[in-house]
Amino acid sequence: MSIARPLPHDAAPLHVTGQARYVDDIPTPANCLHLAFGLSRIAHGDIRSIDLSDVRAAPGVVAVLTADDLPHEADVSPSAHDEPLLATGRVHYVGQPVFLVIAESHLAARKAARLARIDMAGREPILTIDQALAADSRFEGGPVIWQKGDAGKAIAAAPHRLEGTVEIGGQEHFYLEGQAALALPQEGGDMLMQVSSQHPTEIQHKVAHALEVPMNAVRVEVRRMGGGFGGKESQGNALAVACAVAARLTGRPCKMRYDRDDDMLITGKRHDFRIEYRVGFDGAGRILGIDFRHLVRCGWSMDLSLPVADRAMLHADNAYHLEHVRIESHRLRTNTQSATAFRGFGGPQGMLGIEAVIDRIAHALGRDPLEVRRANFYADAPAAGEGGSGGNGPGRERRAAQTTPYGMAVEDGILNALVARLAERADYAGRRRAIAAFNAENEVLKKGIALTPVKFGISFTLTHLNQAGALVHVYQDGSIHLNHGGTEMGQGLFQKVAQVAAAAFGVDVSQVKITATDTAKVPNTSATAASSGSDLNGMAVKAACDRIRERIAALLRCHYQTEQVEFRDGTVRVGKEELGFAEAVKLAYENRVSLSATGFYRTPKIEWDRRRGRGRPFYYFAYGAAVTECVVDTLTGENRILRTDILHDVGASLNPALDIGQIEGGYVQGAGWLTTEELVWDEAGRLLTHAPSTYKIPVCSDRPRVFNVALWEGENREETIYRSKAVGEPPLMLGISAFMALSDAVAACGPNHPGLRAPATAEAVLAAVARARG
Amino acid sequence: MGFVISVNGRSHEVDLPGGVPLLWVLRDELGLVGTKYGCGVGACGACTVHVGGEAVRSCQMPLEEVAGPVTTIEGLGTPGTPAAIQRAWVEHQVAQCGYCQPGQIMQAAALLGENPAPSDAEIDAAMRGNLCRCGTYERIRAAIHAAARMMREG
Repeated sequence: MSIARPLPHDAAPLHVTGQARYVDDIPTPANCLHLAFGLSRIAHGDIRSIDLSDVRAAPGVVAVLTADDLPHEADVSPSAHDEPLLATGRVHYVGQPVFLVIAESHLAARKAARLARIDMAGREPILTIDQALAADSRFEGGPVIWQKGDAGKAIAAAPHRLEGTVEIGGQEHFYLEGQAALALPQEGGDMLMQVSSQHPTEIQHKVAHALEVPMNAVRVEVRRMGGGFGGKESQGNALAVACAVAARLTGRPCKMRYDRDDDMLITGKRHDFRIEYRVGFDGAGRILGIDFRHLVRCGWSMDLSLPVADRAMLHADNAYHLEHVRIESHRLRTNTQSATAFRGFGGPQGMLGIEAVIDRIAHALGRDPLEVRRANFYADAPAAGEGGSGGNGPGRERRAAQTTPYGMAVEDGILNALVARLAERADYAGRRRAIAAFNAENEVLKKGIALTPVKFGISFTLTHLNQAGALVHVYQDGSIHLNHGGTEMGQGLFQKVAQVAAAAFGVDVSQVKITATDTAKVPNTSATAASSGSDLNGMAVKAACDRIRERIAALLRCHYQTEQVEFRDGTVRVGKEELGFAEAVKLAYENRVSLSATGFYRTPKIEWDRRRGRGRPFYYFAYGAAVTECVVDTLTGENRILRTDILHDVGASLNPALDIGQIEGGYVQGAGWLTTEELVWDEAGRLLTHAPSTYKIPVCSDRPRVFNVALWEGENREETIYRSKAVGEPPLMLGISAFMALSDAVAACGPNHPGLRAPATAEAVLAAVARARG
Repeated sequence: MGFVISVNGRSHEVDLPGGVPLLWVLRDELGLVGTKYGCGVGACGACTVHVGGEAVRSCQMPLEEVAGPVTTIEGLGTPGTPAAIQRAWVEHQVAQCGYCQPGQIMQAAALLGENPAPSDAEIDAAMRGNLCRCGTYERIRAAIHAAARMMREG
């Protein structure tokens, strides 16, 4: 059985020898052209005139296009149709594409793009949250408000009250492979696209629209991405549409890849947030009422900001049962890059909000933050066999499941048990004592420790996206061809799904050929996003494989006059006979049995009314917790992660090696977001941190000195693929423990709460040290 | 005027201006696309190759300054005949998206060429200029230790 085995990534031998092909590595025809955008240099203004004569005259330039030169309207928005490929009259941020250069080489296109003379009438840009609030610059009219109980009354009646603000920075994706697309014109006006995208169907849709052809005239293929992290869900649309339009115009293949600086200037990032809160609590730290105000900087266009802001609201409770809660979310429009999907999709920001509140409550009460966290956890679900209809465990009162602020019952809780196990394994209590002793003896260096939980909702909140298709062929030699709607960006989806297919036929996974995602094989795919890849595509593939296997089995039952047919270990046992899998397949072929099938899956049980904030948006929750210990130099603000222990829930793992890799990487990326990764814009709205020389993602020496990652032993209570759970996004939020450990270390410097802002750069840590000392 | 460079044991005449970065010579001229473009400013390590046995950022090395034989990831080993370090990388399941890994492996191979048994701190010091956004650092370190053992034991 191929399931649950720690098999290496299917492309591992190719990755390590440089043979794995990314879009820019695909050999192109000799007449291929290369594209570059000319970008806006101001954040807001009207185009008075564009003089492109020098651009057109530059060596190697074939054509230059502005919005006026496009034969059809070309929009690249994934949502509101508010992102023209090229600026139409007005520019909305520094880095917005204004014109498109088509040239004989990448370098020629880029050089020429610098030669434009654009006359702009500048307008006052709206850059910050405060400016956007003052100008009432927003999406969706007013704020979205969800509530449960009466937060105002509960806070007023609470014995303790606090209010405050949490500042949370954005994050650049910094996928090592930048955005890239290649358009290859086909006969009859058809277009074949090779792209680095998490969403091939959307590329197909946007290209078809821009070319004014039906979707069936566009085929999109994605073999792999060199990292996605949400940054290739919608941000690849512009390159793909530009390539397709240019290829149509010139009749030649066209390729575009962003230079790193252009990539960072043009594309959206994680949303930065300001979260304001008022909270009422009791002497044990139990939250009695809480009111959140999320101020979300969305950038210039809508993109995916509404569902991102929704998901932040959906995770405002994180792991804590809130009786009286109100969440108000403002989606603010600013003259900056359009903030977009990024691993966690708003969830991390919502979660950090309440974790910061808990930290503050614990400080105010002089309690261990872990104690306060535990006092507020959702109850664990009864273990299997307990609970249910009348099945009361001994001494256990049966009660209705607690509900989230949006009214969903939390029926699969495990955090009380998981956190207890982790705290014990990591010796949280003993180390906290040791740290207190260390801090008492050290003036300059201060240590801190924090254990934080994650409860992350799994499903697309736009319910109709929770579907997937697959196409499986078995050839007459017994080899298997696998295709599905998910894309591979390093998460190991293809290998997991191949393991599912191999298990269905009882063969070794090496017999399954993994093939590139292709809109001509599986149509109408959802983005590979929301951690849903293996849940959705695994089930669709299993459905397809089961159909083919059943057809073969039906033939064998009839042929051998027996009811016993079993596919196992590369053989098919039929009564007392044993056939090789290939032999059984050959027999089926010769008896005219169809050996190709599609499979389809739709997630059950979910329904969601986003305007009211009510329903069951998630099929289930994924859980985890992390303990981080760090040390801070209070003279410089420099800090190090000393040790991290993680216990994370992936249900019954499809592949423990891949899952642990996702957990390690997610933690590192989450800790980076909250510590070293700082985006800085100047007063004119120019992004100053647009290269790895100024934007600091974690490096080798930033990883924890000791890093223990373990999987929670359990299975998904819902009927997912082999009872596994999604793993892509949830571990990112384990990185919150690094931020809270820094807060804990700084709190040792003085009597006040440090009020650390994220990211906790050395400067931010120093400022917090000063606040703590008072 | 042309340049003659040796890449993976083969000599190539390259008719390009001397200022063209080695990265583009390898990728666009010689079709050796295993070496990746990441940032173009020598700050991410994705383009790391060996010149005269030393790890260099090929995006920052002009063709005219290439003073020794060049080895790229393709010259280290193939899927059928991988080098010890490549085997260690597969066994430790390092790569996720894989894009930075040719650069990581070339950097690590240069380290092991100088230091057959590096400590964790020496690995950190040698590898700190090679970014991996998937966060595979823990396994990179483990794979380097494993490769060091394999190479010592032959």
